Amino acid sequence: MRKGAAVALAMFGALLLISLFLNLVPGDPVDIMLGEHAAAVDRQALRHAVGLDQPWYGQLWSFSKALVTGELRTSLPPFQRKVVPQIAAALPNTLVLALAAMAVGVALALPLGVVAAARKGSAVDHAAMALSVAGVALPRFWLGPMLIILFAIKLDWLPVSGAGSLRHLVLPAITLGVALAAFLSRVTRAAMLEALREEFITVARAKGLAPLPVLWKHAFRNALLPILTVLGLEFGTLLGGAIVTEKVFAWPGMGTLLLNGIQARDYNLVRAVVLAFTFSYLAMNGLTDLAYAAVDPRVRKQ
Amino acid sequence: MRLWRLRGFGASFGLTVAALWVLVAAAAPLLAPSSPKAIDLMADLQRPSARHWLGAGENGIDVLTHILYGARVSLVVSVSTVVLSALVGTLVGGAAGYFRGWLDEVLMRSTDVLLAFPGILLAIFITAVLGPSLANVVFALTFTGWTGYARLFRGQVLTLRQREYVQAARALGASGRRILGRHILPNAAGPLIVQATFGIPGAILAEASLSFLGLGVPPGTASWGALVDQGTQYLLIAPHVAVFPGVALVLTVLGLNFLGDALRDALDPKPATAP
Repeated sequence: MRKGAAVALAMFGALLLISLFLNLVPGDPVDIMLGEHAAAVDRQALRHAVGLDQPWYGQLWSFSKALVTGELRTSLPPFQRKVVPQIAAALPNTLVLALAAMAVGVALALPLGVVAAARKGSAVDHAAMALSVAGVALPRFWLGPMLIILFAIKLDWLPVSGAGSLRHLVLPAITLGVALAAFLSRVTRAAMLEALREEFITVARAKGLAPLPVLWKHAFRNALLPILTVLGLEFGTLLGGAIVTEKVFAWPGMGTLLLNGIQARDYNLVRAVVLAFTFSYLAMNGLTDLAYAAVDPRVRKQ
Repeated sequence: MRLWRLRGFGASFGLTVAALWVLVAAAAPLLAPSSPKAIDLMADLQRPSARHWLGAGENGIDVLTHILYGARVSLVVSVSTVVLSALVGTLVGGAAGYFRGWLDEVLMRSTDVLLAFPGILLAIFITAVLGPSLANVVFALTFTGWTGYARLFRGQVLTLRQREYVQAARALGASGRRILGRHILPNAAGPLIVQATFGIPGAILAEASLSFLGLGVPPGTASWGALVDQGTQYLLIAPHVAVFPGVALVLTVLGLNFLGDALRDALDPKPATAP
């Protein structure tokens, strides 16, 4: 209940900040968007399209209403294209990319983290942790081009950019997922070390259970909670990183839509995309809480 | 301060990288073979050669020169961002933690709103509205970056204000400002310094990402992110334009992260524990 109120408050705050930010800009935003020599008719039309001819509460109301009813249109002359269908077309592509990146991250991080924890202090552990340190420092906008040079240009295994097939998804998903894998493997290792110290692990070992079931059934299930928490929180980082990744690979998602809107100075489109990003993130955080209950019976009872 | 405990491979690597980075940023005009504005149309997108050690980019700009000058942008932006964020965060977090009540509630709910935005999105939005400039990048990154310091320092204040020396200072009639500045801040400095050390590579990456998106530095300015952006258009014929600035960026970020780890270990009063 309290959690729900917090999410609602955050959504409202985000809406307020996004819809009114243009009022905080020094100078006339219409000058920025159209240039100082635009015709008076166009200036007035733009002022109306982004709501600057209204007081702040009017702006907030008309922007929210237009967004909810799907009537919001691009703020560029001739003000015709609706914004919501564009977002509806782009959002699934971004979600597919983010989920694929998450899959890459989980597939790399869980085995790496678990093995590193089980063989703590070994060469495998050190190698895994060195990889994770390096992975965090790799910026996506550089890793992406490096993967393109190697796998698309030199080896010619995968397409350079674009979308449409599973093969197109491979390099973007790796680009977006590597940083998550690096971070998540550290979290997994720490959570596993914590779980392996518990008394029930000693008991399980003492009663003669094989090492592998102890590791995966007893320790890993208990390490899942912190791992899930991090996954939920990192989803936002993935959405942010998707903007850069989509630019590298010309992936037709929300990031590309946002950058196109920015380039065209289409203020309504930019505002709507930023809000859609934010709401997806908050919705994902809510889902993470539900996932807790599925994993941890103690949470379910409360 | 237990800075003498800074040792090991990570610390020496980190310190070396940090020193090189600052040196290159300060001495870029002396070290660079040409000016970042210089064009050499004959050498357009040329591979590395005796004339252009790391090759040439669009219109024959010298890649090495842009990398050296790019260190400047990254230094100026990251240090200003971290200093301003830490300042704002400490003020807000201190006020919230010390005075509690409605002020705490309002300030912390505001940080919740800012944290509701995923990753770099809000910085993109702000720079997109304000336009590309160094000051706008610093503003955008500070706007989104102070919340971490505020939460950290608020937590510290909540713990430390119960300590006996703070109670004693209050009993002696010290003002809230004096208690926060003189008694609490020095004792909470360690975690803040560690956070700031990790903030620097974070801000470097953020600036480079914004510049890569065309929202950071103004067009034509030397920046690692902007150079990689230029290079991605020529991966087939001139991969060096994208490769080399990224190497500089990764090494710098890696070194500063190592330094942060070493600093955390050195400032942590508890003995080092795994992980």
